[in-house]
Amino acid sequence: MPQLRLTGRGLWITALIVPPLAFVALFVVYPIISAFAYAFFDWNGLLRGEFVGLDNFHTVLFVEPYASWTRNAFSHNIIVFFALMVLQNGLGFFLAYALWRELPGARFHRIAVFLPVVLSTIIVGYLFKLFLHPLFGVVNISLRGMGLGELAQPWLGQSSTALWALIAANAWHMVGFPTLVFLAGMQRIPTEMLDAVRMETRSEWVKITKIVWPLVAPSATVVFVLLFVGAFNWFELPYVMAGLDGSPFGSTDVLGLYFYRTAFGNVSSGQQDFGLGSALAVLIFLFIAVIAGLITVRLRAREIQL
Amino acid sequence: MPSTIIRIGAALAAMSVAAPAMAQDLTFWSWRQEDRAQYEQFIDTFEAANPGITVTLETFEATNYNTILATALAGGSGPDLMMVRAYGGLESIAVPGYLEPLTTETVPALADYTPEALAAETVRADGKVYAVPFASQTQLVIYNKKIFDDAGLSEPQTWDEFMALSQKLKDSGIIPIANGTATAWQNETVTFDFVSSLMGKDFVADIMSGETDFTDERFTSALAALKDLSQYFPDGFIGLDYASAQQLFSSGMAAMFGGGSYELATFRAQNPDLELGVFAAPGRTAEDEKLVALYFDGGYAANAAGANKEAALKFINYLASTEFGQAFADNLNNISTAPGVTFQDPLLAEVAELNATSIPYLFLVNFRYGEPSGSVLIQSEVQKLFAGETTPEAAGQAITDGLKVWYEPFQD
Repeated sequence: MPQLRLTGRGLWITALIVPPLAFVALFVVYPIISAFAYAFFDWNGLLRGEFVGLDNFHTVLFVEPYASWTRNAFSHNIIVFFALMVLQNGLGFFLAYALWRELPGARFHRIAVFLPVVLSTIIVGYLFKLFLHPLFGVVNISLRGMGLGELAQPWLGQSSTALWALIAANAWHMVGFPTLVFLAGMQRIPTEMLDAVRMETRSEWVKITKIVWPLVAPSATVVFVLLFVGAFNWFELPYVMAGLDGSPFGSTDVLGLYFYRTAFGNVSSGQQDFGLGSALAVLIFLFIAVIAGLITVRLRAREIQL
Repeated sequence: MPSTIIRIGAALAAMSVAAPAMAQDLTFWSWRQEDRAQYEQFIDTFEAANPGITVTLETFEATNYNTILATALAGGSGPDLMMVRAYGGLESIAVPGYLEPLTTETVPALADYTPEALAAETVRADGKVYAVPFASQTQLVIYNKKIFDDAGLSEPQTWDEFMALSQKLKDSGIIPIANGTATAWQNETVTFDFVSSLMGKDFVADIMSGETDFTDERFTSALAALKDLSQYFPDGFIGLDYASAQQLFSSGMAAMFGGGSYELATFRAQNPDLELGVFAAPGRTAEDEKLVALYFDGGYAANAAGANKEAALKFINYLASTEFGQAFADNLNNISTAPGVTFQDPLLAEVAELNATSIPYLFLVNFRYGEPSGSVLIQSEVQKLFAGETTPEAAGQAITDGLKVWYEPFQD
């Protein structure tokens, strides 16, 4: 029979658990639930109107101009996710491998690779805006200096380059994170196993594909899921570098910017609409939760316990 | 003796009961944090002339002001007096009935305001004025007088002169026009800074009356001219943001900047040595009217549910007066909309003069009442035009089609 009497220990545990639980309930659970509720009402600015059921969801998904804005923003999130998967996580893996093999200067590079991660996104955004400045930016000046003047571009002003410029800035900023996680995973691989491989083959490629990659699967799960969530919640960097409108003409628009514009309005839009904004937020939340769940389950299944 | 005490006590009690009725406290909300000191002065002037009424100013951050005000009004804790936005921004709080309608009976000075100014603070559905408009902004061309003088140039009278003058500046190694269009809203401003005169008053009148749409040749040919003019913008201007463009001009690297009258103060602050001039970009021939684009910033409104409405209206009347308008223009360097104001600052006087021949800043004034707003459409279409991803005709078509969703005159 378990004792329900509050002992000193029980009191302690209660006292420690209740405040954070209340905090989470108040500031995380409650806002999420109220956003759910908001999405089912008609809004006149910040004034709640009548209950409209699924109308707001229908509008953002199927009624023009919202439908094409939603599709446009969503497609950019998908591009960002896959591009960063290669540029950020892929490069991160190979950087981690190089650091783990202790190539010359590994100690310096370990710090250098991770350093940008500690910078604020706002700073990185402004920094890259300066780098990519059409007249004085270091990118265009270097290109001109190397005699490649015709490659100098207004990077952030063209639909063909703007999104990729943002992706590159993000990859530069965050590549240290997957590197660090993969490196930690690699350092857990037992040396006996590596010695055994060395007897069999001298090929680095075989070592990477047959031993290292399968054994860092838990790290991969973590960085993949975090990248997925990050790519679909992408906001700060596009906001700083391209502005709320996803300039130029929506070619850097992502769900985060689109949600913000819809719910809170911006200088050049008409009315703010909390109902449509909330409906978007709910859709984004559900999409991320479901897909991130599936990815996690699938990736966990291939992890090998050491 | 005790009777004296009782008498004093009774007098005190009577005073404490009467006091709230005598002294009327009003709250006044504003988004102009930077103008706080000047507004305190205006309020002092009012309080000196109206003993018994006190006005307390509260200022909020501009970008969040609408949200804060709308929430407070909806929750019944709004201020007695407030600055409100114009056009669509006014409607969002006036339509739910939070604002006291103003008439020429309650605010006689309104009779002398221009119809355009009053229209900015009028709800389209009921035709009532809800606020006293306080300032106008003008979209025009700002230029560096020194560069013009050194190159022996003068304000252009025709579009061809404008192009030739820009070419001359470019040949001498000066950036003719500083604007960059990576910042979305700059695409809307440059359109009206440079090609308002090419669109012409008739086109705007026809648009307002629903007789034509943006596929009109007068509009598309103006866009074509704008695209042509953009060869005199900085290299890679489509990737240049607003702040960088301003710096190109204020540092003296560029000769002209298409901007608003609100920019003059910024340029003076960035470079006090700059000699500024303003002109309205020319039409095709010297006879064509040179037009600037005009809009109104916002107004002063009273709370319909305020407790001291009579006192609030007194303050509104003060804000609508020429006396206040003059103080506003002198102290805040803004174009006051109050009738009979004269401008000491020569640049402001010139802007006020240019305002006499103007068209409305069309997309803000008439097309921000639905989604997608006309501003969003013209910004992205002009941005596409500059990037070479659309033609003037296709842009006009896209703007018309976009507006069709909610703008009834375009639906047929």
